[in-house]
Amino acid sequence: MRSPESPVLTISGLVKDVGPLPTLDGKMLRVVSGLSLIAERGQVTALLGANGAGKTTTIECAQGLQKRTAGAISLLGQDPDSAGAGLRARVGVMLQDGGLPPSARPIPLLRHIAGMYQDPWPVDELIGRLGIDSFSRTNVRRLSGGQKQRLALAAALVGNPEVLFLDEPSAGLDPQSRQMVFDLISELRNSGMGIVLTTHLMDDAQRLADYVYIIDAGRNVAEGTVAQLLRHQLPAGDASEHIRTLLFETEPGLDFTGVLPDGVDVTEARAGSYAATGALSPADLAAITAWWAARGIMPSSLSLEARSLEDVFLDISGREIR
Amino acid sequence: MTRVTGGAPLESAHRGSAPRTAHGSAPASLLRRILLQGQYETITMLRNGEQLILAIVLPLLAMVGLTVTPLLDGLGSSRINVAVPGILALCAMSTAFTGQGISTGFDRRYGVLRFLSTTPLGRTGLIAGKVLAVLAVLFLQVLIVTAVALMLGWQPNPAGWLPGLAILVLGAAAFTALGLLVAGTVRPEATLAITNLLWILLGALGGIVIPAERLPALSQAVVHFLPSGALGQALRDAFLYGSVNGAAVLVLLLWTAIAGGAATRWFKWN
Repeated sequence: MRSPESPVLTISGLVKDVGPLPTLDGKMLRVVSGLSLIAERGQVTALLGANGAGKTTTIECAQGLQKRTAGAISLLGQDPDSAGAGLRARVGVMLQDGGLPPSARPIPLLRHIAGMYQDPWPVDELIGRLGIDSFSRTNVRRLSGGQKQRLALAAALVGNPEVLFLDEPSAGLDPQSRQMVFDLISELRNSGMGIVLTTHLMDDAQRLADYVYIIDAGRNVAEGTVAQLLRHQLPAGDASEHIRTLLFETEPGLDFTGVLPDGVDVTEARAGSYAATGALSPADLAAITAWWAARGIMPSSLSLEARSLEDVFLDISGREIR
Repeated sequence: MTRVTGGAPLESAHRGSAPRTAHGSAPASLLRRILLQGQYETITMLRNGEQLILAIVLPLLAMVGLTVTPLLDGLGSSRINVAVPGILALCAMSTAFTGQGISTGFDRRYGVLRFLSTTPLGRTGLIAGKVLAVLAVLFLQVLIVTAVALMLGWQPNPAGWLPGLAILVLGAAAFTALGLLVAGTVRPEATLAITNLLWILLGALGGIVIPAERLPALSQAVVHFLPSGALGQALRDAFLYGSVNGAAVLVLLLWTAIAGGAATRWFKWN
């Protein structure tokens, strides 16, 4: 059964060549080769990939900022290359480099952009929501990276779009602004906005995305919900999805033989810093903490980690640096 | 490609639907968008101190300089009458070419052009807004220069106003197209250097404020074909004699068409 509503964005078989480049003896470089994706209303769709994977090129083709070499793109049912103001008014764009004039002040700039729409998001509300009032008297040029990013998000939202493109939305954000921005993105998603974002940060995708496309060298390499991707490449019935790693720090040189079952590996990476990896059960956790209690051992840190999207990403796209 | 879930690549069944409350806006009317952008760019230009020096202060200084020195003596009218049309032409070059070129170059560098072209304004609206801002600033320049010139004794030919102002707008169009061509094809630092250097060179030797007959022989041969020389001469003919210099108007039209076409063809938005 298909979703009853048509997707906000459909890309099929996108190809984008750039160049000719002097560094390639005047040849063209294929930065996207046959990429396909669908983004739905009311969902956050993430394009996850390393720097240079073709994420930005892909969404810039979808925004009509770059002309594609081949393939089909439908943005709200229209071709972005021939789109008019009517389509642009329904689409909000936050560029990676912000795209805000350095000499502008935040509030006049937002009011100016709001004027391009018949029914914009009230600027005062947006200013409060993204904490822009705290730096409203500062020129764009003097804003911090995180402040610029919040202003660029406000500028993308001021038209109250149906589709929102975010290119690396958490770049430069401190933890507080990141939380603020992520809360807003979740809320917008819940209100029915279709959100397409690019990121090279697994954590962003894991926290925000309903559906993730992993992109490598301009191609799709995997896709799915975060939960589906976390089970990625594991044979059916494989217990690996229950694999956990217990990280703790305490006195060095402890011997855990007999404390944990055979399937659990304990390694001491640095003196006093341990990692116990395996299909840990609640009973195993009880056993190790009881063992510490009997010896009066108090770990200075303790954490439990599941398989992360980062592990999946590295499994798929390889661990070598390119 | 590694498939994680079954089904065709573009099957979206596994993804739940969501309530539809997000609604997109409709764009404001094209006229309103262009007027808003024109207003915004005008205010930005007027707030820029360096641009004001180039647009107002230097032309006024040049005008005073030409009335207190004998450079323009013996050209058939008073110094001020020969000087003012050239100063108006210089104003058009300051605003349309140098000022607008530099600001567009840096807007391109900072991604402002790309961002604005994703809003309902679009590329066409953006260019139209810039043209409007050039005309608005030029209008203020004409008011100020005219006021100061009248105080210095300027007596323009009354029949010159209509053709003069039309030619001034045509000159602004030619210089806007040239400014956009430079700004859209080279780095902003280079745009800064090129447009400032040309402002000085064309201002001094391009026949804009100093008529061709007072220039070195080498310049004389070419100035009639330059936008600076054509605009300066056409404005002098209008304000001194109330006549329209058809050849100069043709040169300006050609520059506008060629530079406009080249800018449309080669302007890089990012």
